[in-house]
Amino acid sequence: MSKSGIKKRGGVVHQFIIVDPNLCTGCETCESVCSFVHDGEFNPINTRIHRVRIEPILNVALACQKCDDAPCVRSCPEKALEQDKQTGSIIVDDDKCNGCAFCIRACDFGVLSLHIQSQKALICDLCETMKDDYIDPERGERYPACIDVCPKEAISLKDVEQIGEEKRIDAVKRLFGDILKETEA
Amino acid sequence: MSKTKEIPIPDKILGYSQVRLDVDLTDGKISKSTLSNEFCRDWIGGYGFAAKILWDECPAGVDPLSPENVFLYAHGPFPATILPTSSKYGVFAKSPLTGMFGMAISSGSVGAQARRAGINMIVFKGKASELSYMVVDDDDYYIVPCPDLAGKGCWDTEEHIREEFQDQRLAVMSIGPAGERMSRMGCITNDRNRQAGRTGMGAVMGSKNLKAICFRGTKGVKVANPVEFYKLARKLIKVANGPATAKYRDLGTPSGITSYNKLGMFPIFNHREGTWEKIDDGTFTGDTLNNDWVVKKVACSQCSIACDHIAKIPKTHPHWPNLYASIDVELCYGFGTATGNSDWPTIFKCVQLCDDLGIDAISGGVSAAMACELYDLGLITKKDLGYELPFGSTVNLVKFTEEMILGKGFAGEIFGDGTKQAGIRLEEKGIKNASYYGMQIKGLELPAFDLHGMNSFAVGESVSIRGACHLRNGAYGLDAKGTFDRFSYDKPLERGKAIKELEDIYAIIDSYIVCKFTRGIYENDAEMAKVFELVTGIPVTDKFIQKRGDAIVNLSKCFNIREGWTRDDDHPPERFFKESHTRGPAKGVVLKEDGYQQLLSGYYEARGWDIKTGIPTDETLKSLGLDFVIGKLKPAGGKK
Repeated sequence: MSKSGIKKRGGVVHQFIIVDPNLCTGCETCESVCSFVHDGEFNPINTRIHRVRIEPILNVALACQKCDDAPCVRSCPEKALEQDKQTGSIIVDDDKCNGCAFCIRACDFGVLSLHIQSQKALICDLCETMKDDYIDPERGERYPACIDVCPKEAISLKDVEQIGEEKRIDAVKRLFGDILKETEA
Repeated sequence: MSKTKEIPIPDKILGYSQVRLDVDLTDGKISKSTLSNEFCRDWIGGYGFAAKILWDECPAGVDPLSPENVFLYAHGPFPATILPTSSKYGVFAKSPLTGMFGMAISSGSVGAQARRAGINMIVFKGKASELSYMVVDDDDYYIVPCPDLAGKGCWDTEEHIREEFQDQRLAVMSIGPAGERMSRMGCITNDRNRQAGRTGMGAVMGSKNLKAICFRGTKGVKVANPVEFYKLARKLIKVANGPATAKYRDLGTPSGITSYNKLGMFPIFNHREGTWEKIDDGTFTGDTLNNDWVVKKVACSQCSIACDHIAKIPKTHPHWPNLYASIDVELCYGFGTATGNSDWPTIFKCVQLCDDLGIDAISGGVSAAMACELYDLGLITKKDLGYELPFGSTVNLVKFTEEMILGKGFAGEIFGDGTKQAGIRLEEKGIKNASYYGMQIKGLELPAFDLHGMNSFAVGESVSIRGACHLRNGAYGLDAKGTFDRFSYDKPLERGKAIKELEDIYAIIDSYIVCKFTRGIYENDAEMAKVFELVTGIPVTDKFIQKRGDAIVNLSKCFNIREGWTRDDDHPPERFFKESHTRGPAKGVVLKEDGYQQLLSGYYEARGWDIKTGIPTDETLKSLGLDFVIGKLKPAGGKK
């Protein structure tokens, strides 16, 4: 996933899935499609992105945040998890994973789970392991399917610099809106 | 089924789980059987399955609130896939509100969870010895007595059972105290804000001591042609978030308040008027609702539209601080314009009471509007109610609504089972002609459309199988869009054909089951047929699904005939023939009886039904493969 125009931090691309709770409606389409492009069947229990709904109005989804020195990797007694140095993604070695779920306990965001059939750890790898059949022909390469299907465009792939920059622009608009209005007028 | 043989069936069909559960609540026995490939092809899903099962298994003339009534849960082949709005389910029974074919459709997470659990249909019969709920947890099916849940609202019930399972995503469809006391308006609530509201299906659950049904499933769902389905579904998801559904997403259905007011067809003061100065001047519109009150739009599972508009009453409000309610146009009508009330928090509170305590908020609102008008006319008084209830009431409207739902006081005693019963009860008390003010057809309260100068829709709404309803054929569009002259009675056969065509495809939408809001996302019926083929592997065509829609409408109509339906039942309330609006585009207009009857006959003719009696001819029944009905249409005299 190391593409031109994407900023590296010390040689690492630190991009991950971000969901905007203002746009997310909680429709679960991301979960269904996540399981589908990996397994060929719709089963949100095998998703790598997780919708959370807290009544009455909070809806959002979470996926791997690609923590530095990731607790899930450190916690695995079988050394089945490894962090890709280039992309920051966590790679699960299914031959080593024994389904002990220590990684799930270690993760502060609750974004790991065990595949209901194989009992191997599941974690978002930005669709690096999606099936060839479901690659968007127009795009011609692997890309997070949840972003492609989200009806509200609530999901995006961002790096920490982008997130900070967007937040700063929002804050400045809020804080210095008067000056902005003058320039518009 | 000779006419459908040309559609071949593969050995293995997908989408459907084909699992039917039979639950006898009396002895607690649960058995499992398989729905045949042919049954799935010919009856499609939800509504279609129910038409066949209720015809075959619901005893003619049964008392709807007796253990002998059949209560059916069903969905089609699509839940748990990413087809937009596919997580829908239907509930069906003989209706205690109409005495005819009862059906209500809801959404949320239920359809998807039930499908992943591997269920396609559940047929409930009998009555549990104590209040109980049914659990479908993958392949574990069991019934849990729950006397401690008696009297609890739907929201509490859902939360309580989810806590018990320690699973916030358990799908729970439940009834509130209204369903438990068998209010004929009793609804079923799931996912807090989704209701299978109409025709009293909650009362049927209550009559069986069935407080809730819960689903949890961990099975994956495969489709027949995954690559092509994924492609088409992605396209449909995008289209379903485009212009075709904008009105449902942005302002939501309340956008209709302004547009229908312009046409003089938004019901005001219990249908006395079709326009209102508070809509004209922008006080009471979808824009106001959204700008001032709506805080979030929420979606059902697998829905790209997200029509659920959540409104919030601020914490500073003197009566109902911090209250959240799910709002759509029907509720702006029932508890708003029809009761002459423009106070938004009052509407939200009434809606919250209906959803939580468990009655259909349309029927509830229209019943409240009837009470307001009777109060206005002095036919019921403060002495009866214990409080005043003029049009425009706020706190008292809430009080009335709560009593009506819980069956308490005069409000509950008279209005607690809907407008038809209220009319009968008041007339028994000597209030002559009280029924005139109950705005219902076949016992089901009218949705948010006035019928003055809505000549095509007057027929469309009246012929609806389940009673007054805009969702059986959507014929209001024929008037609103000007397909026909809405004030005249010309072209009866053409209008009839147009209504029939809509009704047939709506029957398929209700069988698939997907949301009516996605009607516009398909290029045509052929694309609707295509998506069925890609999921199930059954190569159906547009012609085939249209014909099956026709058969489904006919069979459910036959159910009604067997229960005692006559032509007189397909008739709008008298008000539309006798009183006209005093303002707006339909000012001075009333429906004309002979004109209406001509249009009705035109519809019967288009359907291949006897134009005098409205009963399907043997020829029509044979052409639809419904030979098994012939000779069995004698009314059982059961309209209870």
